[in-house]
Amino acid sequence: MLLLLLLDRNTTKGNLSFRRSFQQLQDRLEPVVVGVIYICGWSAILFVIAIFVFVFKESLPAITGIGTEIAAGEIEVEQLDLVEFTTSPRWIPESSKKPAFGILALIVGTLSVTFFSILLAVPLGLGAAVYVSEFAGNKTREILKILIELLAAIPSVVWGFIGIVIMNPLITNLSGEAVGLNILNAGIVLALMSVPIIVSVSEDALRAVPDSFREAGLAMGANRWEMIYKVLFPAAKNGLLAAVLLGIGRGIGETMAVLMCTGHSVNMPTSLFDPVRTLTATIAAELGEAVRGDLHYHTLFLIGVVLFAFAFIINLTADLVVKGVRDQSNV
Amino acid sequence: MSKPDANNPFAITANEIRGRKVERFIRFITLGMTWALILPVLFILGFLLIKAWPALSVGFIFDNPEKNMTAGGIWGPLIGTFMLIIVSLLIAAPIGILAGVYLNEFARDNWFTRFINLAVVNLAGVPSIVHGLFGLGAFVYFFQMQRSLLAASCTVAVMTLPVIITSTKEALASVPQPFRVACWNMGASKWQTIRTIVLPNSISGILTGVILQVARAAGETAPILFTGAMISSRIADSGWASMVPYGLEDRFMALSYHLYIISTQWQNVPESFKFGTAIVMIGLVIAVNSISIGFRIYLRSRKKW
Amino acid sequence: MTTQTSHIEFQDVTISYGKEIALRDISLAIPEHTIFGIIGPANAGKTTLLKSINRTLEFEPNAKTVGKILVHGTDVSHIKNVYALRRRIGMVFPLPVGLPMSVYENVAYAPRRAGIHDRQELDELVKHCLKQSMLWDEVKDRLTLLGTKLSGGQQQRLTIARALSHKPEILCLDEFSIAIDPVTTMKIEDVLLELKKEMTIILVTNLVQQARRLADHTAFFNKSEMIEVGPTEKIFSNPEQQLTHDYVTGDFG
Repeated sequence: MLLLLLLDRNTTKGNLSFRRSFQQLQDRLEPVVVGVIYICGWSAILFVIAIFVFVFKESLPAITGIGTEIAAGEIEVEQLDLVEFTTSPRWIPESSKKPAFGILALIVGTLSVTFFSILLAVPLGLGAAVYVSEFAGNKTREILKILIELLAAIPSVVWGFIGIVIMNPLITNLSGEAVGLNILNAGIVLALMSVPIIVSVSEDALRAVPDSFREAGLAMGANRWEMIYKVLFPAAKNGLLAAVLLGIGRGIGETMAVLMCTGHSVNMPTSLFDPVRTLTATIAAELGEAVRGDLHYHTLFLIGVVLFAFAFIINLTADLVVKGVRDQSNV
Repeated sequence: MSKPDANNPFAITANEIRGRKVERFIRFITLGMTWALILPVLFILGFLLIKAWPALSVGFIFDNPEKNMTAGGIWGPLIGTFMLIIVSLLIAAPIGILAGVYLNEFARDNWFTRFINLAVVNLAGVPSIVHGLFGLGAFVYFFQMQRSLLAASCTVAVMTLPVIITSTKEALASVPQPFRVACWNMGASKWQTIRTIVLPNSISGILTGVILQVARAAGETAPILFTGAMISSRIADSGWASMVPYGLEDRFMALSYHLYIISTQWQNVPESFKFGTAIVMIGLVIAVNSISIGFRIYLRSRKKW
Repeated sequence: MTTQTSHIEFQDVTISYGKEIALRDISLAIPEHTIFGIIGPANAGKTTLLKSINRTLEFEPNAKTVGKILVHGTDVSHIKNVYALRRRIGMVFPLPVGLPMSVYENVAYAPRRAGIHDRQELDELVKHCLKQSMLWDEVKDRLTLLGTKLSGGQQQRLTIARALSHKPEILCLDEFSIAIDPVTTMKIEDVLLELKKEMTIILVTNLVQQARRLADHTAFFNKSEMIEVGPTEKIFSNPEQQLTHDYVTGDFG
């Protein structure tokens, strides 16, 4: 395709008959090119469906049962107890006596880390977004945005490393706990990771509020804070909500950083200093050792389905909420 | 609320003074919040750099890991990451760019297009580890690529596709509609118009998006955990075989996985090695992002309309 | 209308965007080698009429056309090669658009698409078209300049040159003189009278006097409907409808 682009831009004399036939070739190829464009355009749908289908397909045996021949003619069927799966906090997949596959503790682990990180990231992200969109001059804004983008660019495995080598000793020194890999550590790291998306989406939302709103607010004698609080926030509330949702989505889906920072023990946490284990970290840590075809392997894929569903619902909601913003601004 | 000065209607009221104080306070607080995000990062970068300093040398980059990763450098993982980037780019860039072209130039404003856009958003939101599961189930097992550079690249390509699609769409949308109309009126077909007017004038914007994809692909770990990354592989120290150590069907080392392994799973690795690896990764990502920012500035400077 | 063969014919054409009707029940015949003036206030559907001839209306979402539009007796909606149809028709819209390429390439764009690649032939054509649109003297030394960097009036004339570059048999001008100074406008008007020998010209204008000067026939449009059509002299001196009379004498609204 790039070749076509290059060839078409020449302005010098060339082999005329070749050029003419090339033109005809292009005209004839156009339907093919357009067809390829259509297929690529639809590919996003295809990939989303494919991800669901393949992950679900690999998890299916856990639900329907896996038969193993233990003696001639005797088949033992292993099957996941879905009630245990969803309600038990016991996750002991490799136990030789009685393995347990309850993901409640993992869900709680994921939610507690995400919740704590959001608690930190939303006020900071919102504050930064307000500063960047309402107070900063043009140049400052550019620089701040570049620095915040830098936060987003640091790979998650490096964040995990930072959690281990910086946050960990910091926490043990300050709190006196023996180990500093826990909800607090992962929450802070995750907060720094999800801040960029919160800042950029809420800044977009704030800037989408027409200037006339701001002027009207100030003209009525409100000071800047009252204007932001009473005019800007309500007008941008859907966008801000979407920012929070996307931050949550980022938190739930994050893998490497939480794998390295949470302490990695299955646990129903009671304090910020408790180590936990998340859904994503469990897959990352255990899939390498699980034997393909056994219950553990398929159950890990089922956790993948659960994660997919979480992400799908959050993104769908965020999308609907943002669409609401657009409909509003059309009025 | 106090009454305004009777003699001077423009005198500052107490209310206004209070308002200014509040404004200064809010400005201060939000600025503080902004710095609360940025300062730790600068501090972290500085800390990592100091700790990594003893290891950083030309040899660290160009030597292979030796003696159970306790000596040598990171050449193998580095080149593996480069190969992962290139192969995934070769897969994702054409599909993503054409998909962006479809969405901006061909798609009509109907429910189906909304559906596609929703799919793009969701694709971007799928957790990276689920991409890894998909890669394992689809590419490694179903398409029988085994755990290989190709399988890992396909997985990363699917993951970075939405970034390319979205940025291509935005770059195309910045080309004013009257240009297209003018071409159509002169009898140019839709594709001719795209080829002669739309793409040449948005190519820099599209490349910016592709560069961002590169940055993301360079740092990802979860999608390659089960689809092709390996802890250690034997690599020639010099010559062609050291430049292109992995074939498409080989398993490979990658920087991100290397950092994960030496910082959590491996004993006796010198501390400066871990920090050095982290710094090289960050440096790589910053370099790529700087290119993208530079591109944006260059783009603005030579805007054609 | 007359004994001349009609070049373009509208038969009971109604065009709507969604629920909104842009043109209602238009029947109209435009004779060959004449200038056909269309006058009327904003939102009368004049631009829509032009877009329907070369079928660029298809790019508007939810535009719907009922009725027949004939060019030389052929229904345009049945024409398979729509690009060839568009090349037979030159279009100039009120907004000046210079394409982001050199002035030369701007004018050579359509000929290239039509398969003309001989440098000499292109040079001649570009020069000819730029002369016709009164732009040649101003840009002859800087043909490599970006089309978007020209002034508004120059860009508008560039647009006219582009419309002429594919040697159309029909030229549609939609308020072409908005961005151009009066002296140059007069010169272009003279060119149009010349061009009449080669092509049929449809001139949409809100300068009533311009239509009077140039057009052989004039139609008056108002609120999606064609109020009156006839020889220009009759429309201006002795219109049948009161509304037309009010409009041409400036008593309108």
